[in-house]
Amino acid sequence: MSVPNPWFSWQYVVGHRQELLAAGREHVTLTVVAVVAAVVVAVPLALLARRVRVARAPILLAAGVLYTIPSLALMSALWPALGLSPRPVEVALAAYALLIVLRNILTGLDEVPAEVVESARGMGFGALRLLLRVELPLALPAILAGVRIATVSTIGLVTVGAVFGYGGFGSLIYEGFQNNFFHAQIMTATLACVALAVLADLLLLALQRVLTPWRRGRATA
Amino acid sequence: MSVVDGTWEWLTDPAHWTGPQGVLVRTLEHLRISALALALACALALPIGVLLGHWGRGGALAINVGNVGRAVPTFGVLVILASWAPVGVGDLAAVLALAVFAVPPLLTNAYVGMRAVEPDVREAARGMGMTGAQLLRRVELPLALPLLAAGFRTATVQVVATATLAALVAGGGLGRFIVDGYGQQDYSMMVAGALLVALLSVATELGLGVAERRVTPRARRGVTRAEVRAVQPATGS
Repeated sequence: MSVPNPWFSWQYVVGHRQELLAAGREHVTLTVVAVVAAVVVAVPLALLARRVRVARAPILLAAGVLYTIPSLALMSALWPALGLSPRPVEVALAAYALLIVLRNILTGLDEVPAEVVESARGMGFGALRLLLRVELPLALPAILAGVRIATVSTIGLVTVGAVFGYGGFGSLIYEGFQNNFFHAQIMTATLACVALAVLADLLLLALQRVLTPWRRGRATA
Repeated sequence: MSVVDGTWEWLTDPAHWTGPQGVLVRTLEHLRISALALALACALALPIGVLLGHWGRGGALAINVGNVGRAVPTFGVLVILASWAPVGVGDLAAVLALAVFAVPPLLTNAYVGMRAVEPDVREAARGMGMTGAQLLRRVELPLALPLLAAGFRTATVQVVATATLAALVAGGGLGRFIVDGYGQQDYSMMVAGALLVALLSVATELGLGVAERRVTPRARRGVTRAEVRAVQPATGS
């Protein structure tokens, strides 16, 4: 084979701007849908696990099992039921992110000092006001740390959705592989995926600092 | 016929279990890829993690390697290796890619396990006249074993789960049923493959959980789990 097939090609990036941007948009959308869905499911589950003590272990076990199942397997299992849409990919990614978010919400809420909760109660805070004004704000750093880890992990995992045609940059990686090992496309899409993960991590870190000003100056996890 | 019935029928057909492309052979391939990747990762990560921990150096490297691992997509590295002529498509690309991502949990836990040994214990061993090598072998390693085991479990579960992707680069393993089932629109085979992969992953997690408890002294059990979770979440599978 004498046709040049470089790994790094600026020409590729320029020539395939549109494709890269479209893949990036899909990548971001899949990630956001999955992480938001994970948070939306995790919050009530975490509250339930704290309210009903006996529910805690089964909820964590179920989330742990979902986390252990490979994303490709979960997507495949969902494909016949939800197929021909990004839904199987989104649900599998959300199922994976769920444990990370859930565990961090629980850790955050568990670590709220008992004295603080006591004094809030003593000041006449009801359960809902206690949760919204005291417990959740104090748990916020741990929760946001969980969202960061979940987001970065999900950005990597989105690529597996390429098998089903919804993989963001992963679809370009897979297409490049099937198209006679198109090195520039495979490398560019992989690096774009890493860049997206790093960018998302930094953005969420900035958000964490804005939302928890009282922690500024302390080391962030 | 519904997919559920079809999957049941596929799984209960003995013809799908035997033969060169049967479930048994695919399971062995899956385990072989996983074992090779783990062996490679252990050979690389454990000596480095243990020595860095023993010397008390390179902590930032040992801890941050996991964050880097999470940002890099396994699928991308797998395809890069498979497209690179010296490696090529097949199981080797999968073994190498899986080994790369098994290094962070092994390295971090080895380092943290060694650092978690009480300074008093170290002092006492030195006071008894132990050399550095004796201290490492007879004191630090045994005390670090629970965290080493925890890292091994995290890495193994991740490797067994991710070995499913080998089929995407023309490798073997249980992922073949998923990829071929999807390709041939044989959804019974695809879902059966997904179930087998899920079972193998969960079984690995549970089995190693039992093994990990065996090597962890009762008094340290709670502590170890907490430390492990804090230091090393796995890379996505």
